[in-house]
Amino acid sequence: MTPLFIAQIGLTLFVFVMLLSSAAGMVYVERKVAALLQQRIGPYLVGPKGLLQPLADVIKLMFKEELRPRAADALLFALAPIISATCAFAAFAVVPFGGDTTLLGLIPEGLRLQVADVNVAILVVFAIASMSVYGIVLAGWSSNSKYSLLGGLRSSAQMISYELSYGLALASVLLVGNSLSLTDIVNRQAGTWLGFIPHWFIVVQPIGFLIYMTAGIAETNRAPFDFPEAEQELVAGYHTEYSSMSFAMFFLAEYVNMVTVSAVATDLFLGGWQGPFLSESIGWIWFLLKVAAILFFYVWMRWTLPRYRYDQLMRFGWKILLPLAVINLLVTAAGVLYFGS
Amino acid sequence: MTPFYLFAAIAVGASLLVIAQRNPVYSVLLLIASFGALSGLYVLLDAPFVAVIQIIVYAGAIMVLFLFVVMLLNAPHEETHYDERVHPLMRPGPMRLGAVLALGLVVELIWALEKGAESGRFAGGAVSSVSAIGRLLFTEYAFAFEVTSILIIVAMVGAVVLARREGTR
Amino acid sequence: MPTPSLGDYLALSAVLFAIGTAGVFVRRNLITILLSIEIMLNAVNLTFVAFGRALGSADGQIIVFFVMTVAAAEAAVGLAIVIGLFRHLESLNPDSFTTLKW
Repeated sequence: MTPLFIAQIGLTLFVFVMLLSSAAGMVYVERKVAALLQQRIGPYLVGPKGLLQPLADVIKLMFKEELRPRAADALLFALAPIISATCAFAAFAVVPFGGDTTLLGLIPEGLRLQVADVNVAILVVFAIASMSVYGIVLAGWSSNSKYSLLGGLRSSAQMISYELSYGLALASVLLVGNSLSLTDIVNRQAGTWLGFIPHWFIVVQPIGFLIYMTAGIAETNRAPFDFPEAEQELVAGYHTEYSSMSFAMFFLAEYVNMVTVSAVATDLFLGGWQGPFLSESIGWIWFLLKVAAILFFYVWMRWTLPRYRYDQLMRFGWKILLPLAVINLLVTAAGVLYFGS
Repeated sequence: MTPFYLFAAIAVGASLLVIAQRNPVYSVLLLIASFGALSGLYVLLDAPFVAVIQIIVYAGAIMVLFLFVVMLLNAPHEETHYDERVHPLMRPGPMRLGAVLALGLVVELIWALEKGAESGRFAGGAVSSVSAIGRLLFTEYAFAFEVTSILIIVAMVGAVVLARREGTR
Repeated sequence: MPTPSLGDYLALSAVLFAIGTAGVFVRRNLITILLSIEIMLNAVNLTFVAFGRALGSADGQIIVFFVMTVAAAEAAVGLAIVIGLFRHLESLNPDSFTTLKW
């Protein structure tokens, strides 16, 4: 029971609680930003400036009745939201969000702010993201209703199509970063060129960043790629028949997935916790700022762009994004070979 | 309990349930659990790349394909002409033979493999880094790698052609 | 408990292979038969990785890479055939496809 071990356990619990509260916070941020974009006020009744609105939402969801259609497969119906939420949380386990810190001298050696230091971290994130398809497809199937099944199948087909571009964008960053470990990649992004352009990979891989963000938005089923759960078309798609806490778990999974995609994008492209003026051990402040910027970008996208129709969405994923990702990979490989960096 | 016995128990248990389930959706999900346990075993064998690839390819792609087919076909439970409650060893004809053969296979395989692995200890070094595997793939096994890519294209075209509805243009 | 030796891994792989074989023999549902074939392929993968580790070379993992790719291709084509068969006879029981019998 060394102090490091206790700190590690504490860190795991802290990350879990942080993800939960980030999901709650995202509920508020989404509604407030949407309101500001649409020139209205948004939630303002509950708490100062409506800041307690997520609390009200959670309490409301907890008190709703938990329904299950009689023809639904009980085991799968209960299992689907569990799979979604578990994969969402598990994917964040390998994402580092800060440099070595000694917690103000309480522990002898540095504790990296990462739940599990795996040296194939990028692949693990990708693997767990590909497992989260099951939550959706099982939700659609087990509800035993037309809208749910259609929504579930469409949503999972969309997710596995955009996984390809996601993986190829990751592969391009891999070539530049020369390592599969997220910590190594962030450490490589230290320093600056010409004194003020930071050594971030977004400078070297701008198209890769765009491809990654697009594929990430499609993977998390967010607008403009959220046709399968569009309210107007499919009566909420795969989670039509869910209510109360199961529904909340799907929502939680969606927001935590968003946070994970943003966190991985920050680590890969935006330099993670590196930044001017702050030493590495409190670099997590920079990390938070960058992740917050990407999350704002997410919400902004949702309320600005119109929704893609399903066939347009699939066409975009296969015929436009995938060739672009392949070309990006080829160009990156040529560049790495030529410049030898 | 060392991780090996835990993962081995999950893998064997889930596989047994796969072949014992009547609902094909449950079979697919149990097989995914079995693959997860195998992935853990690969990690124990110092092969993290294979472990992650197992999750990405097998559990994340092939099983999704199986699940899609099961759902789209609305696969019925087996209609069988024998009584389901009878133990496989008591069922008529070919199935009794099949179950007996499988039992014989277990015994024979274990005997043969135990004889071949008399050293029993694992060697010291292990090659586990992804870059080493990548280097091998592109130098020694480069031909196999390229042929595999052609194989995948052939399989893709074949699957699309075979599953196409007849008569629609 | 002692650390597992190579023999333990091979015994586990043998048991998994036999389970897959039993599934192919005993089950009368095309999709479950395909799943049993996947179990067999996984058992073989485990053998390769175990031996690769025992001999200290990466060849085991490379061959597993190829086996997985071939398994993916075979699953895709196999399922396409199953879909075609199902469209024809509305049944997934291999006993009902008897037109090639004498």
